[in-house]
Amino acid sequence: MTASARESDRPRFDWLLALAVVAMLATFVRVAYFTPVEARQGLAQKIFYLHVPTAFIALYVAFAIVGLTSAMYLWLRDERLDRIAASAAEVGVVYMAVVLLTGPMWAKPIWGTWWTWDARLTLTLFAWFVFLGYLILRGAIEDESTRSRYSAVLGILGTLLVPFIHLSVYLFRTLHPMPILLKPSRPSLPNDMLLTFGMAFVALTLLFVALIRIRYRLAVTLDALGHEEAAEEARVGTLRPHPIR
Amino acid sequence: MSRAATPAEPTRDHVLAPTPAATSALIAIEAAGLSRSFGRRVVLRDLTFQVRDGECLALFGPNGAGKTTLLRVIAGLLRPTRGTAKVAGVNLPGGAEARSVVGLISHQTMLYSALSALENVEFAAKLYGVASPRAAAMRALERIRLADRASSPVRSLSRGMQQRVSIARAIVHDPRVVLLDEPYTGLDEAGAVALTDALETLKSAGAALMLVTHHLSEGLALATHTAIMRDGRFVQHDARGDVAVEAYRDLYREAVMG
Amino acid sequence: MIVRTPPGILAAAALIARKDLAIEFRTRSAFLAALTFSLVAIAIFYFAWDATAVGAVDLAPGVLWVIFTFSGLLGLHRSFGVEEADRAIDALLASPIDREAVFLGKAFANLAFVLGVQAVAIPAVALFYNLPLTRVLLPLTAIAVLAAIGLVSVGTLFSAMASNTRLAELLLPVLALPFFVPIVMPAAQVTARLLQGRPISEAMSWLRILIAFDIVFVVACALAFPFTLED
Repeated sequence: MTASARESDRPRFDWLLALAVVAMLATFVRVAYFTPVEARQGLAQKIFYLHVPTAFIALYVAFAIVGLTSAMYLWLRDERLDRIAASAAEVGVVYMAVVLLTGPMWAKPIWGTWWTWDARLTLTLFAWFVFLGYLILRGAIEDESTRSRYSAVLGILGTLLVPFIHLSVYLFRTLHPMPILLKPSRPSLPNDMLLTFGMAFVALTLLFVALIRIRYRLAVTLDALGHEEAAEEARVGTLRPHPIR
Repeated sequence: MSRAATPAEPTRDHVLAPTPAATSALIAIEAAGLSRSFGRRVVLRDLTFQVRDGECLALFGPNGAGKTTLLRVIAGLLRPTRGTAKVAGVNLPGGAEARSVVGLISHQTMLYSALSALENVEFAAKLYGVASPRAAAMRALERIRLADRASSPVRSLSRGMQQRVSIARAIVHDPRVVLLDEPYTGLDEAGAVALTDALETLKSAGAALMLVTHHLSEGLALATHTAIMRDGRFVQHDARGDVAVEAYRDLYREAVMG
Repeated sequence: MIVRTPPGILAAAALIARKDLAIEFRTRSAFLAALTFSLVAIAIFYFAWDATAVGAVDLAPGVLWVIFTFSGLLGLHRSFGVEEADRAIDALLASPIDREAVFLGKAFANLAFVLGVQAVAIPAVALFYNLPLTRVLLPLTAIAVLAAIGLVSVGTLFSAMASNTRLAELLLPVLALPFFVPIVMPAAQVTARLLQGRPISEAMSWLRILIAFDIVFVVACALAFPFTLED
């Protein structure tokens, strides 16, 4: 216990994070200087390279991780699985927030409105609420095993929910045709734009995994600290004699 | 609450003399290497014991020793982390088979305060599949001497009477195993007498009891065996024998403080 | 020893449902609260949205189904509260019935509760918004039942979890509302079409979503329920 806590105290070079940062910087340079400006939408369109991959990763990758690790936790009861789920949910919340912020940033200069109820943005909004609920649930439970169990149940149900929201939102859109405000995720892009998109996707995925790993390590340290405190309390507790009647 | 009567060994009469059949009585509760942890906190450590039909194991110990947890495992509410526990020969958690022969009494009443005493006990009778649940419920209430308040809503009853309803609820299905977690809590004199009588009757009918209590004299009155729990282990576990209450009190202090 | 046959899963669920409804009927406070809330909210919404600017027929579905979700949430909370009060849940779990029966029984009771409130709320909306209720009564009832089934499955499970946490009353809506989206959207869309006089066949894709949601989540919540119990 204490050994692993000390281990993560030692400053250790996070090569994954470094790689992710380098990839992000490279992508930024490419987006800003080496990718052509889109004809109709102008400069604002470049937010697309951040907005779309982030949405994909948050909605599908994050939920897949949370759903899978939650199911496996209920089966194996390994607390590491619970920590991965919690870390993925937290990073997922951040990524979704990025999507929800870049959406308006993209929409306003082009179409004059801050918020568009387009399918992907709406889906992200509801998925964000699910993840927020997940984190709030975790915060409301003191006992570890209850927290892990309840989170796992919510994680699985939330993952089941996403396709239903997807269906509802997209059905709403097809029946209430709105102008196609944001380009679909796999448009017919010219090659150099496609390459930039691919770079952005890889960089954001690397960053996602790096952040999860950092969050996971933090969880390990916090858990270890919590257990040391509890053990100390328990030791002190049993020394006190108890009167009998 | 002490009911120590003045005669020297007041409870002697209540201790069942071992009958010839006692040693061949069936094992009702059995544990082998039973351990239970909550996360990293170990609450029950490697417990091994048996309780046969007609026996009463009185469990004493300080708060946090694991007594309630042990009862909850036997009741089928918690599963063992390691080792085994059996009720009526069925490995726990044994599902319906094991739970149907167990009655649980806690210091919390586990009742629905909006319903009447009779409704509460009848509901329990139905859960256990007792034939003629209403009649069985009335019988149980009569045994605990609360039949006259059968249709009163539980919330209108005093704490002691509520506890008695809770006892009736636990015995309505004539359980083979009765688990009691501080059942004398809140009971007045009449209630305590009624409880002890009901438990003696169950015991002589062949039920196995596990009784957790802080009331040494009450526990010793009913016990055929005693155990002291500390930190999840039995630090004393023996037949009740002829030990006087005061002597046992000293034994207890030593076991817990030493 | 008495010969016993513990009830099977459906019989046990029925027992628990009847017990819950008996308790609710005895006090009636939660039901009356949910009912009053619905009626007051419907009246307030009428004045909040000017029915002269936008047709009543267009506003009514939204009002109806939003109130449905919030009044449903009100009723759900007491479902496990009654078990927590004196730890009656321990007696239930120590008895030989299946854990899934506890979930089903409570869900049945909640379903009766929600449908009872809707039986008053839907006519109230029809009254205040001057809707042609008799024409659409049958399909609307069907949708109400389908929506209630979905709401009650998710709500019962989450109220079991929420009752065990610090923020119980606040937590239930936070967790449950995103799950109500695939219920409320289809329900409102189908209701709108019905009130416009369109045949229900036009809204089949919405109905399919609602039915699929019900099937998936009734099963998922019933299977997940034992995991919300300490073991």
